[in-house]
Amino acid sequence: MYNYTAFDKDFVTTRAEQFRDQVQRRIDGSLTEDEFRPQRLMNGLYLLLHAYMLRVAIPYGTLNSRQMRALADIADRWDKGYAHFSTRQNVQFHWPKLQDVPDILKALAAVDMHAIQTSGACIRSVTADHFAGATADELADPRPTAELVRQWSTDHPEFAFLPRKFKVAVTGSLHDRAVTKFHDIGLRLVQNANGAPGYEVSVGGGLGRTPMIGQVLRDFLYQADLLPYLEAILQVYNQIGRRDNKYKARIKITLHEHGLEDIRQRVEANFALQRGRFNGADQDILTRIEADFRPPAFKSASIHHFEAQRAQDPFFKAFTNTNLHPHKNPDYAIVTVSLKAHGATPGDAGSAQMRALADIAARWSHNELRVSHEQNIVLPHVHKADLPEVYESLRLAGLATANIGLISDLIACPGMDYCDLATARSTNVAQGIAQKFDALKREHIIGPLKLKISGCINACGHHHVGHIGILGLEKGGIESYQITLGGDGTENAAIGKRIGPGFSADEIVPAIERLIRAYLAHRQTADEAFLTTYRRLGPAPFKAAVYPEKEPKNEL
Amino acid sequence: MTLKPALHILTANDLLSGEVVYLTKSGAWSPRHASANIFVEGSLAAKRLAEIERSDISVVGPYLAVVKTSGTQPVAPEHFREVFRAAGPSNRFIGKQTHV
Repeated sequence: MYNYTAFDKDFVTTRAEQFRDQVQRRIDGSLTEDEFRPQRLMNGLYLLLHAYMLRVAIPYGTLNSRQMRALADIADRWDKGYAHFSTRQNVQFHWPKLQDVPDILKALAAVDMHAIQTSGACIRSVTADHFAGATADELADPRPTAELVRQWSTDHPEFAFLPRKFKVAVTGSLHDRAVTKFHDIGLRLVQNANGAPGYEVSVGGGLGRTPMIGQVLRDFLYQADLLPYLEAILQVYNQIGRRDNKYKARIKITLHEHGLEDIRQRVEANFALQRGRFNGADQDILTRIEADFRPPAFKSASIHHFEAQRAQDPFFKAFTNTNLHPHKNPDYAIVTVSLKAHGATPGDAGSAQMRALADIAARWSHNELRVSHEQNIVLPHVHKADLPEVYESLRLAGLATANIGLISDLIACPGMDYCDLATARSTNVAQGIAQKFDALKREHIIGPLKLKISGCINACGHHHVGHIGILGLEKGGIESYQITLGGDGTENAAIGKRIGPGFSADEIVPAIERLIRAYLAHRQTADEAFLTTYRRLGPAPFKAAVYPEKEPKNEL
Repeated sequence: MTLKPALHILTANDLLSGEVVYLTKSGAWSPRHASANIFVEGSLAAKRLAEIERSDISVVGPYLAVVKTSGTQPVAPEHFREVFRAAGPSNRFIGKQTHV
């Protein structure tokens, strides 16, 4: 993991104290809300439906046990005993009081954390593959790049007031778990024909009210050219991105209106100017960062106990079938801990659960945890010999739900239960779907399926890239839920298509059940995943199931 | 500011706690929807809102919300968003419902 330098520590500590002063001036009336609002947003503090919400950055989703314990302490001392892990690999506290936030920021700074640039029209917290540095299918670890981008973009004076927010994601694997094609900039670590390391750079991806798949601006960029090239893109966007209409202000619209070739020419011309300004100091920093991300010292041990336990404990076997991912060391596994117990609010973890995760990571995962954009927690380095004990510890903490990748492992934004932008609730739908399919005992039969729910068009629940997406809107004074099908956030990026009129809050879960019954009826084999069946057949059989013709009235 | 003919209450979030509050007849802020003063005259409601926006630093984001009434009591918010604001989150018994 990256170790904060004295400079980093001083920066976040100073920022916390500056915010203390700003809060005090807001409370005593020296600052109006209009003056204070940009200050609190730059420090991750929103005012939502029922209370303030503090969004804390977890850069590229990586945190250690000490940091997780600190988050649990904050939840207990200044919030309501839980935290919400978000679809941006961050963590949110939904109930802080304004006067307590400076103390919370101070507590975060003490463990090398902050809430800077988790809001506002700036470069937001960088995200990355949550299996980075551990997964067997990785070409290179994306975290050093993500950390370099974090350092470059933090408090970058030129990019503090962009036309809109700006999100960067990085992956080092062929299989894209970081949804890079739906970010303002997506970086994929690649090699050129000579084996030199570099990046494929995509730009203009995004979800929200105008979903677009990112386009490749450069198919190969030398590693050393990353920051001048990013600087060139951001400068072009800062100059020609629209500021007259917030709905047309993201770079995806700039790209759409100017065209890829025009943007490419502008960026390349700017890049030629920027390149000379970087004298290699950034690459020296990258080298130091890479040293922090060396793999941990993996141990050697027999995995006989793991195999024996799988053979005799069907619950442990089910857990290992769904919640493990291949590690680059074959004796190790990546464990995904589900924050989607059936009926729970997706992404929420109680403080006791957070401490249990911190303890488990300290003991069995080299002190490391990850937050996935799918609202789960990852233990990246667990030796298979330790898995039975890890499973038992998770089970005791209520964290051993064996549903990763299944229908109940669904994404849902906080929705109208918390968010002031939301047009409908989303957690109620998530709970309803998870409980329905748990009761039917069919989710393991259904198999891999990504269902994603957003409570408004801003798409924090990533519904556009759900194999099944649900979008909550308001229609005629009630909540109305639209279904989209065929979305895909991976390297095979696709935007889901709406299949018809929306359903009320009472109707949406039965509609999803009809949809799944149609899939089970139409799939060619038990191994044919939902998305494959949909791509083979198109929407027709699913539409027919979701919108059955009305039964003729029985005229007695 | 011209308002449609409807019955309004004035609501905001408390500056310190962020909690949803309602302006009462006495001019104080209450966490209870049922305690809200009902404005029958739209022009009076708009005038009061302007005063609050100008001079009351104890709340954030004041606005007028439409209510259904029974007599002089606001029995329910008109819009479902206001129902959740008045009651607290529906997924956890953790908000306003614990103390109001």
